Amino acid sequence: MFQLTRRGALAAGLMLAATAGATAQETPVKGGILNMIAQPEPPMLMVGLNTQGPTLYVGGQIYQSLLTYGKDLQPLPSLAKSWAVSPDGLTYTFTLQDNVKWHDGKPFSADDVVFTADKFLRESHPRWRLIAATYVESITAPSPNQVVFKLKKPFSAFLYAFELSSFPVIPKHLYDGTDYRTNPANQTPIGTGPFKLKEWKRGSYIHLVRNEDYWKPGKPYLDELYFRIIPDAASRAVAFEKGTVDVLRGGDVEGFEVRRLVKLKDVESTTSGWEVYGPLVFMQLNQRKMPFSDKNVRKALMHAIDRDFIVKNIFFGLGKAATGPFASTTLYYTPEVTAYPFDMAKAKKLLADAGINPGDYSVKLMPLPYGAAWDRMAEYIKQQISQLGFKIDIQGVDAGGWSQKTSDFDFDMTFNFTYQYGEPALGVARHYLSSNVVKGTPYGNNQNYLNPKVDALLAEGASAVSKDVATKAYAEAQKILVDDVALNWLYEMQNVTINRQKVKNLVNTGIGLNQYMDEVWISK
Amino acid sequence: MKFFQRYAKNYGALIGLGILIVVAIVALAAPLLFPVSPWQSVGDPLLAPSEDPAFPLGTDMLGRDIAAGLAYGARVSLLIGLISTAVAVVIGVSIGALAGYYGGRIDDVLMRFTEFFQTIPAFAMAIVLVAIFNPSITSITLAIAIVSWPPVARLVRGEFLSLRSREFVQAAVVIGQSGPRIMFTQILPNVISPIIVTASLMVATAILTESSLSFLGLGDRNMMSWGFMIGAARTMLREAWWMSVFPGVAILLTVLAINLIGEGLNDAMNPHLRGRKD
Repeated sequence: MFQLTRRGALAAGLMLAATAGATAQETPVKGGILNMIAQPEPPMLMVGLNTQGPTLYVGGQIYQSLLTYGKDLQPLPSLAKSWAVSPDGLTYTFTLQDNVKWHDGKPFSADDVVFTADKFLRESHPRWRLIAATYVESITAPSPNQVVFKLKKPFSAFLYAFELSSFPVIPKHLYDGTDYRTNPANQTPIGTGPFKLKEWKRGSYIHLVRNEDYWKPGKPYLDELYFRIIPDAASRAVAFEKGTVDVLRGGDVEGFEVRRLVKLKDVESTTSGWEVYGPLVFMQLNQRKMPFSDKNVRKALMHAIDRDFIVKNIFFGLGKAATGPFASTTLYYTPEVTAYPFDMAKAKKLLADAGINPGDYSVKLMPLPYGAAWDRMAEYIKQQISQLGFKIDIQGVDAGGWSQKTSDFDFDMTFNFTYQYGEPALGVARHYLSSNVVKGTPYGNNQNYLNPKVDALLAEGASAVSKDVATKAYAEAQKILVDDVALNWLYEMQNVTINRQKVKNLVNTGIGLNQYMDEVWISK
Repeated sequence: MKFFQRYAKNYGALIGLGILIVVAIVALAAPLLFPVSPWQSVGDPLLAPSEDPAFPLGTDMLGRDIAAGLAYGARVSLLIGLISTAVAVVIGVSIGALAGYYGGRIDDVLMRFTEFFQTIPAFAMAIVLVAIFNPSITSITLAIAIVSWPPVARLVRGEFLSLRSREFVQAAVVIGQSGPRIMFTQILPNVISPIIVTASLMVATAILTESSLSFLGLGDRNMMSWGFMIGAARTMLREAWWMSVFPGVAILLTVLAINLIGEGLNDAMNPHLRGRKD
């Protein structure tokens, strides 16, 4: 009945081979303390209830998900050691690791996974709730180390819904039948990960220690993890320079500091480890009214903005110009779409040919209030667009104001960036589906892009059983979206992880530092 | 004529006046000197001063001309300085004159009102006002005016209190002049000198306040101002000192010039100091 694909086992083998290759020259040594920064201080460490960056960073050492993903976005085993998909794409069977224990000593079993998927996350996780309601028919545990998801209809992205921020496994014995948000266990997180919470001194540090009963024998290598809380950006850079912390995550220090710190001695840096998230920055133009309801205007704006200039001179080179709706790391990405090179003359010609007199329109630009670089980008874009003849005013708002105005469609022009989660159905389609023109979130189809053909193609991609069908549908969708300029894509963000060279094996997967650090070690 | 002679004896005041005139000319002539908007990228980013003769003061991270920014920033600084001071003086003089002339309960009410404003730190209140009314050149000017009138009110009230019992005022009352007329035609002309001296210093404070607001990102996002230039350049201080140093020097010189002028006016107008320098 089942045609078991051996993807899981194969991937596991590949990862072992990769690890072996990386550590061939040097043998990992046990012991040591790794110092990092949690910025800003997370509100809690319970990953199932809060998925902000710092919560995932710290909580990812405590909680684990069924799967994790490589830098090439291949699913890799985590709490599930192997998995199989039925040929009709409707049944997913996960086989769990053996001898896994919760931090409080209770055994971990398939019941915990069923509880997590069917009760906990269905209630408390917006993305899982949507997937579960739309696609999942039943979740069962036929044996203590097997979980079976049966789907109502095929969903090609389903295997990508088990990443840490989407599917952390929660202990049933602590949460079943309680009010999740007020459960005291939220303060003393109990997971299956390589590190346990020892102490959280608010405003100062979060201290994790080695889980002696960890299910991977001999792991983790490190004894202790400290996540320091340092509210001031300049002090964070100094802490790294002085060696108080060994690792800086993307965003811990400002872009101009990154450029300086990566040049220090004994320091290495990488932009990998964000492949799953693939943050893409775009300009959102409200298509409900003129001038942006005319796609020639949106095209003209694409030509009028030098995206390489933005990356190089405003964001300190930490990124690359976007070519379309998919980040280049996201599955099914194709570069074969219409290009919009920087060309002011062409932009003006497009407007003239469409019979548009830019002077007739006065437009408000609402920048994203995330700091100096974003303000510079607003100034640059304002200047470029006013060269076309539009009257344009920058309207400064705070973070709450931005979120509210964007959610209420009360904008002409704004910036935004979102994670893509590796799979278009999870992180990309939401901006273009006409069914997602809903108030209340700044991360939907707030610009009001409506195209039934794109809706159909995105649905076809999401429900495809074969990879070829999905590839074809998504390639076609990308072509149309780029021709329509559904959003004015600017650039793919790159986050730099900086660490002292003595810290080994830090970034191994496509979720980077959110990956539990059971393979990380410090050379003496 | 005598006034100018007395003023000219103070060399500092003359230098201040000279600097201010230069700043004012640059501000007025900005569109002629720099026909392209100061927000427009005109050259390569981060050109050091005189690296390219076209940009003697260099360019910023977006390739905008620093010199153009300074010229247009002078417009904003002077405009906000003058208008906010004018508004503050009108409010301050009206309240101070009413309180000082009528005294009694009116005085009590108006002075408690003034004290209410004086107890709140001026800059903190300016930030709150600008944040509430959204940063724009109008809201910034008004916010600065609102936080800077109380000293004027107190000064004018004090002068009115002492002048209203003088003989010439009593004479005016006896011949039947109305209250407002006495205030404006008899007393006010005698209070003009301290008001002018205070106001000249308030212009300097207003320019500093506007710069600080812009530095914090609460400036008018569509107007180039010196404080904004420094705020934007702050992160690049190690790489491009010229981006923050030149607007800083512009603020320093302008504020210094106005203070020198204030000092000079004080010397020239204050009868008690007449002959001090002789």
